[in-house]
Amino acid sequence: MALKFTEDHEWILLEGNVATIGVSNYAQEQLGDVVFVEVPEVGADLSKGDELAVVESVKAASEVYSPVSGAVVAVNGELEDAPTLVNEDPNGGGWFAKIEVSDPTEIDGLMDEEAYKTYIEGLD
Amino acid sequence: MSDTSATEKTILYDLHVKLGAKMVPFAGYDMPVQYPDGILKEHLATRESAGLFDVSHMGQVVITGENPAAAIEALIPGDIQALSAGGMRYSFLTNENGGILDDLIVTRREHDLFVVVNAACKEQDIKLLTDGLAGKATVTELKDRALIALQGPKAAAILSGIAPEVASMSFMSYQEVNIDGALCFVTRSGYTGEDGYEISIPNEQAVQLTSKLLGHNGVTAVGLGARDSLRLEAGLCLYGHDLTESTTPISAGLIWAISKRRREEGGFPGASVIQAEIANKPEMKRVGLIPEGRAPAREHTEIADLDGNIIGEVTSGGFSPSLQMPIAMGYVPLGFAAIGTDLNLIVRGKARPAKVVKMPFVEQRYFRD
Repeated sequence: MALKFTEDHEWILLEGNVATIGVSNYAQEQLGDVVFVEVPEVGADLSKGDELAVVESVKAASEVYSPVSGAVVAVNGELEDAPTLVNEDPNGGGWFAKIEVSDPTEIDGLMDEEAYKTYIEGLD
Repeated sequence: MSDTSATEKTILYDLHVKLGAKMVPFAGYDMPVQYPDGILKEHLATRESAGLFDVSHMGQVVITGENPAAAIEALIPGDIQALSAGGMRYSFLTNENGGILDDLIVTRREHDLFVVVNAACKEQDIKLLTDGLAGKATVTELKDRALIALQGPKAAAILSGIAPEVASMSFMSYQEVNIDGALCFVTRSGYTGEDGYEISIPNEQAVQLTSKLLGHNGVTAVGLGARDSLRLEAGLCLYGHDLTESTTPISAGLIWAISKRRREEGGFPGASVIQAEIANKPEMKRVGLIPEGRAPAREHTEIADLDGNIIGEVTSGGFSPSLQMPIAMGYVPLGFAAIGTDLNLIVRGKARPAKVVKMPFVEQRYFRD
């Protein structure tokens, strides 16, 4: 089980060969109040770098890109009625989608929690 | 990733930073887009109680001369000569094609005109007014004054607590009020659809007076983010988006700002084009749109008819915190402008259904005495 982060502030939790993806607390702070999340279709085949989701805040839309390649096996249906889960619980209940990864080594280059903490400290 | 070009700061900059505002560059100024509570809360607080906005980046201009009201009518279609002292009007600078160069508020004072123009067009407008009025009137920018807005159902009770005379001011009226020793220019007007005031304060007293108002329990500091969502709900145009040099007042739905006399007499740039549009109806019309579902349709979203033909474009769009749904404004051909018309909005390549609705989206609650 590995928790990794991307430079675009997504987190990815790999359990076996299924990865759960969401955005970090830093991301939700930057986004502001989330009013809508467009999640992918279950069954969609994504390549690393493809658009995974769109997060709409009051002011603007932000794309979230998939850090891994694979098939979407689940999406968070709760976000439809409660998009603010992304703000309230970005690391847990605010997850976007689960992907069955085709190449688990794709996450090797990503930051672990410590490295991500350092990375965001350097941003402000 | 900072903007290295020099941006200006209003006199309230330090106050915003102290309050934890997220500052962004806007029209050459460092302005608060939101404070820690966020846009949704700031928006709702304005509709429920009162929001306080720093709009000092806007241009405050005084026009003096023998007859400034008559003189300015050569540049705008507003009926300024009909105003008595303390009266004010929403109007716009037009060009020879009948297009809008900027929208503005003109107040007739005892001996001059007090004009407020958009920050983004400030330089252009002042030059236009100066050149256009040369020989007839003098145009002076008031660089030593701040401008704040206090908007919301509790604004009157709150402001009259420190300046009793504002309670009886009519909507769209002006008064000079001494508030705690500061000579303020107060108008009962705003950009949110709520009752409220805009207050011009000498710079030296601006921080103190603003802090005093913010100290009131019912007042929330509100940034430009919520200012935009509030005005959109109120169906109010934003220059540069819903109004541009390519939009005419008739197509924008602003014929109410041109009095009967001025429609007949003209005498402002583009009058013949505007008169023709009044007679023959404009080609395009600004409409309110509500997309189905929760996905907002933002500026530049294409509008299509049900056969898939692109017929227009969204000029402002976002999410309405009061209605908890997406709302938008855009221009469509007259034939598609009827309330209830079904259209599609092309959001991220997908056609999403939407309906033409009446504006304002949220009922306006201006003061009626």
